[in-house]
Amino acid sequence: MEPNQPAQVAKESSKAPTGIAGFDEITRGGLPRARTTLLVGGPGSGKTIMALQFLAHGARDCKEPGIFVAFEESSRRIEANAESFGWGLADLLRKKELFFLDAQPKSDLVQAGDFDLGGMLAALEAQAQAMRARRIVFDALDVVLALLPDPAAKRREIYRLHEWLLARELTGIITAKAGGDENSVVIQQPFGFMQFMVDCAVILDHSVALGVSYRNLRVQKYRGSGFDENESPFLIGNGGLVVDVARTRVHVHPKVSNERVPSGVERLDTMLGGGYYRGASILVTGYSGTAKTTLSGAFAGAACQRGEHTLFVSFDSDCNEVIRNLASVGIGLDRYVKSGCLRMISARSIAGSAESYLVRIKTEAEEHGARCLVIDPVSTWYKSSNDTTAQSVADRLIDWSKGEGITLVCTSLLDEMSNRTESGSPLQISTLADTWIHLSYLVQAGERNRGLSIVKSRGTAHSNQVRELILSDAGVTLADTYTAGGEVLMGTLRWEKERAERVASEAAEAAAKLKRVKLDAEEAELKVRMKSLETELVAKQVEKALLVRSTQSHEGELSRGRTQMKELRGDDETIAGGKASQP
Amino acid sequence: MRRQPQFTFRLFVAGDAPNSVQAVAHLAAFCRDHLADRHEIEIVDVFREPKRALAEGIFMTPTLVALTPPPVRRIVGTLSQTQTVLLTLGLLDSAA
Repeated sequence: MEPNQPAQVAKESSKAPTGIAGFDEITRGGLPRARTTLLVGGPGSGKTIMALQFLAHGARDCKEPGIFVAFEESSRRIEANAESFGWGLADLLRKKELFFLDAQPKSDLVQAGDFDLGGMLAALEAQAQAMRARRIVFDALDVVLALLPDPAAKRREIYRLHEWLLARELTGIITAKAGGDENSVVIQQPFGFMQFMVDCAVILDHSVALGVSYRNLRVQKYRGSGFDENESPFLIGNGGLVVDVARTRVHVHPKVSNERVPSGVERLDTMLGGGYYRGASILVTGYSGTAKTTLSGAFAGAACQRGEHTLFVSFDSDCNEVIRNLASVGIGLDRYVKSGCLRMISARSIAGSAESYLVRIKTEAEEHGARCLVIDPVSTWYKSSNDTTAQSVADRLIDWSKGEGITLVCTSLLDEMSNRTESGSPLQISTLADTWIHLSYLVQAGERNRGLSIVKSRGTAHSNQVRELILSDAGVTLADTYTAGGEVLMGTLRWEKERAERVASEAAEAAAKLKRVKLDAEEAELKVRMKSLETELVAKQVEKALLVRSTQSHEGELSRGRTQMKELRGDDETIAGGKASQP
Repeated sequence: MRRQPQFTFRLFVAGDAPNSVQAVAHLAAFCRDHLADRHEIEIVDVFREPKRALAEGIFMTPTLVALTPPPVRRIVGTLSQTQTVLLTLGLLDSAA
C-alpha cells in the first residue's frame, strides 16, 4: 500500500463534514479527509458522542460508511446511549453502513509480555474492505495503550495505527482522555507527541464553575486549513453536539432596517420617535419591581397583535405566572400562546450555563420562526456564569439576533444593594444595545413611583424627559412628571401639584369673570348716564332754541307795537322827537 | 497415571511481527518444558484470516487462547513471563 498522497486527496473535497452544527463552521468544512484527528478531553467531555455523531452523519448523509472501535464501553451501551439523539443507529447498523467493534480488553485477560495491535488492524482491514468504510473512530485508545508496558511500545502502537489509517485513506478520529488541565496532562502522556503527529487536534473541555457546567471546544491544530482558533462553547443537546460559533466583530450584519416596531406603549413610541428599529436590541434596566417584565410584556403583546411570532424567555418565573401577572396590567398574552403566535419558555437560571441557554434560545427561536424575542432578565446569566462568559454570551446573543433581524428586548436587573449605578449594567451589554431604557424608582413623600427614561437610542431622536410609568389594569401608560423648582414630582405629589394648579386656575378664572361682570356693569351704567345726558342735552338745546325764538318774536312784537302806537298816537309824538313812549 | 488434562492452544499471531515470532517460540518452549506430549497448538495468522480474529474478538497480537481444559483463558503478549503463564493455566503447583 502506498502511503497517503496529499496531492491526490486534495483534489476531492478535502474535508469530511461532521454534521455537528457549528463545528463545520469552525473548521471550515469538517475534519481533514483521509487524515487522522485527535480528540482529547476529560471524562464526560463528549468525545464519544462527537465521534459517533461524525460517523452517523457520514453513514447517513455522506454515503461514507464507518466503523466504531470501542475500547472502553461496550458497543451495545454506546448504541443505547446514542439512541436518544435520533441518529437512527439501529437502521445504519442493519444496513451495514455502520459497524461497531467491541475491543474492550477482557477483564480476565492476562498479559504476559509485549504485544501489538496488529490483530485488530488486520480484523479492521477485512471489515473496512467488506463495507467500504470511509470513516473510522477509535474510541478511548488510552485504555488499550495503558496495557502496554513501556512508553516506547505505546509510541510504536500509535505510529502503527496512524500509518495504517493513512495507508487506508480513512478519515479517522482517535479519542483519548486527558485530565482536567489539558495542556499539562496531555503532554505527559503518549498523546503529547500524538498531537504533533496528527493533522488535526480538537480539545474538549468540561469544567464546572460555581456549580454550573461548561463545555468548551477548541481546535488546537489543523494542518493545511484555516480554522477558528478560539474556544467555542458547545453543549450536548437533543440531537447531539451543538457548537456555538462566536461571531467576530468584523461580521457584517446583513439586515439593517429602517422599519420601526412599536414598543407596546404608545407614549414610549413617541419618545423614541416612532418605536424601536426592527432588528435592534433593546436593553431595559432597572431594580427589581420597576416593571421591566411589564414593559417587555407589552412589547411581546404588541408584536403578537401584529401577528409576528414571538419568543418570550423568562428566567426567574414560571410562564403561567408571567401571563397572569401581565394580565393584571391589561396585557393579555394568553390568547397568543393559545394561537401559537407566542412561545414562552421558563428556565430556571441555575439549571445550566449561559451557553446552553443561548443555544437553546437560538434553537427555539429558529423553530418558532420568531421575529421578536424577549429575554427576561438577561442578568441571570451573570448569576449563573462568570463575568466574561456571560458577557461573551450576551455579545453573541446580540450579534445573532441582529444577523437574523430579530428585534430583541432584554431586561437586566440592577442590584439595588450593589453600587452599580446607571452607568454600568452588570452585563456590559449597554454598550452593545441599540436602545437603553432605564427604569427607576423615585421615593418621595412616602411613596414609590416608577420613572422611565431613555438613556440612549441609536439612530433615533429620543426624548430626554423622565416620564412616570403608570401601571393600571387598562395597561401601561406614561405620564409627564411635574417639574417645578428643579424638583421632579411623581405620583400623589404630582397629582396634588396638578390639582393645586387646577384649583388656582379655576379661582383665577372666576376672579376674571367677576371683574368682567363688574366692568360690564360699569359700562352699562356709563352708557345709561350717557343716554340721560344726551336726553338732557337735547332738552337744553330745545329750550335754548325756544328761548331764541321767543326773544325774537318778542322784539318783533315790540317794534311792531311801537310803530302801531306811533301811528295811533299821531304825528305829534313823532314830531316831538321820536321818543319811545314808556309802557 | 495419565489423568493429567490435555491442553489445546490457539495462538493468534500477526504475520512475522517480532512479538508474534517470539510468542510462537516461547509457546513451543513452554509446552516442551511443562506440557510434554499433552498439548495441541493451532497458530492463526490474523493477516491471513482476519475474519477469525474479528469473530473471536482478538485485537491484540499475539494472543494465546487456552481452549481446554475449561475455562477458556486468554493470555496476551510474547509469553516471555513463564511464571504468569503457568499461573494462568493453573500449572504452578504441579510444576513446582
